[in-house]
Amino acid sequence: MTWHLVVNVAIAGLLTGLVYGLMALGLSVIFGVVRVVNFAHGEMMTIAMYATVTLFAVWQLDPFVAVVPIAAAFFVFGYLMQAGIINPFITRPEHSQFMLLVAVAIIMVNGLMVSFGPDARNVQVDYQLESYAIGPILFDKARLLAAGMALAASAALFAFFRFSLTGKAIRACADNWLGAKVVGLDVKHLYALTFGLGSACVAVAGSMMILLVDVTPVLGPAYTLLAFVIVIVGGMGSMAGALLGGVLIGLSEALAGLFIQPSAKSMISFGLLILVLLVRPQGLLGKKA
Amino acid sequence: MKRATLGLAILAALLVLLPAVVRGYALSVATLILYFAYTGQAWNVMMGFAGQLSLGHSLYVGVGAYAAGALFFHYGIGPWAGLWVAILLCVLLGLLIGFLAFRFGISGVYFALLTIAFAEFTRIGFDHLDWTGGPGGMFLRVAQRDAWDLAHFRGPPLMYYYTMLFLTAGAFVLCSFLLKSKAGYYWLAIRENEEAAQALGINTFRWKMLAVAISSAMTAIAGVFFAFYYNNLFPEQIFHISRSIEIILGPIIGGVGTLFGPILGAAVLTLLSDGITELLAALGWEMPGIKQVFYGVVLLVVIVFLPHGIWPGLARKLGLDR
Repeated sequence: MTWHLVVNVAIAGLLTGLVYGLMALGLSVIFGVVRVVNFAHGEMMTIAMYATVTLFAVWQLDPFVAVVPIAAAFFVFGYLMQAGIINPFITRPEHSQFMLLVAVAIIMVNGLMVSFGPDARNVQVDYQLESYAIGPILFDKARLLAAGMALAASAALFAFFRFSLTGKAIRACADNWLGAKVVGLDVKHLYALTFGLGSACVAVAGSMMILLVDVTPVLGPAYTLLAFVIVIVGGMGSMAGALLGGVLIGLSEALAGLFIQPSAKSMISFGLLILVLLVRPQGLLGKKA
Repeated sequence: MKRATLGLAILAALLVLLPAVVRGYALSVATLILYFAYTGQAWNVMMGFAGQLSLGHSLYVGVGAYAAGALFFHYGIGPWAGLWVAILLCVLLGLLIGFLAFRFGISGVYFALLTIAFAEFTRIGFDHLDWTGGPGGMFLRVAQRDAWDLAHFRGPPLMYYYTMLFLTAGAFVLCSFLLKSKAGYYWLAIRENEEAAQALGINTFRWKMLAVAISSAMTAIAGVFFAFYYNNLFPEQIFHISRSIEIILGPIIGGVGTLFGPILGAAVLTLLSDGITELLAALGWEMPGIKQVFYGVVLLVVIVFLPHGIWPGLARKLGLDR
């Protein structure tokens, strides 16, 4: 095993990790504000992947073009889902919320199964085969572009929460729900907006992920678990933490695949999750509750 | 209370006499209902009584099944000895998870995710454990199935039905006893307000650990049953998170924290899933996944409109809650 093999694998893991990070960012933002764990997160990711596959197959839309309408559609879908069915559940116990989202997840996985069947799908664009080389170090073009897109989307979300008035209002809701109500913020509308934004994040992540892996309907629960691991490692509700967690998990998965066994790679992730939960339950970058 | 006791006696009698009228496939469905009623009851001790949300109960089913299964497979040690090993292992595992979580102050959603993490970790571990066959699975020898061989837990489907009925009845009696015991009241206090319970001098750590120990021991027994009923074990199936969800759905749909909720929920869900299969077959819609879509929609409707499950409202209607 040469050192540049290790470096190449690590770079690929790091770039994939950024896309993971964007997916987890959606979960983290939703949990941080609405305080509901989206157990259908990975299923939404696979729906975005299938949407990209479909737009590509029907109109030959490049994933980097398709991502715009898909993210917009997911935003609307997320808004409606929060406003329609999740808002009444925010005061209900956790197991009740869990059941609701598990039911949504079951419908999503099997809806995809009915529509697309169990076979793996992907998109094939010519830049998936290209790569840039710096000496022996290779950068896959598709992976690099996907990671760049993930970073750009995350930066846009950061900017939104930091600078826009609506973003500040949402943060106010997250900090103090009652206070936000007292000063006259429409909390339910802001919650729905947040769920919409979180869904748009996962849509962008899905559109990018399909450039890197094939999709099957049963991938949904695996992505949900992956998003949990990332968000807890990084810190629930912390935006930078989600990206850091994504990169860490992407990196550890890639290196575990190289040094141990590809099938054992998620064991490392879950081991890391258990460790972080015990030693630093608020996550690496999370604030103490 | 009189009406409830009478209703319970009638139900028990019906279940004992059930094999006289149903056999074959219907009997296996009845066994499955009892299996989910039992595991749901076990989960309910932790969540419904003590308020600790576990989403990883497949861990105890799997470890229990693999412990008893492997002892039988490798050394020919029968299920009655293996049962104790399975219970011991599962209780130790449950206590380890409980100790780590409760000592480090992990609760609510975080506790739930910790239980998922342990179950998934173990699943992948068993995928790489050659001693139990890895991902290829472990197959127990199937002997003659006509005579009741209780010593080796081999026999006709009827034997498994009565075993499961016995276990479910036992779990029901145990849980109704627990609810009225000191532990039951302490758990109730912890579930409703842990800080207040602590302020009253209840050692919440110890009582939560007790709930975990009882729940994991009960689930381990279900695991041993699983191993000797199905005779083949795959990590991918037995430890999968969807197995944990299956265990949880019954009590949530039936009514978390109630004695009868897990039983009712298991019956409703199993019959619903079976009914959908038959209905779709009759309509000629046999696409993969369509059954689960309907199932998911029904779950969604129930949880939206009956937040406390089916049983509390039904009990009030029937006058069984007094």
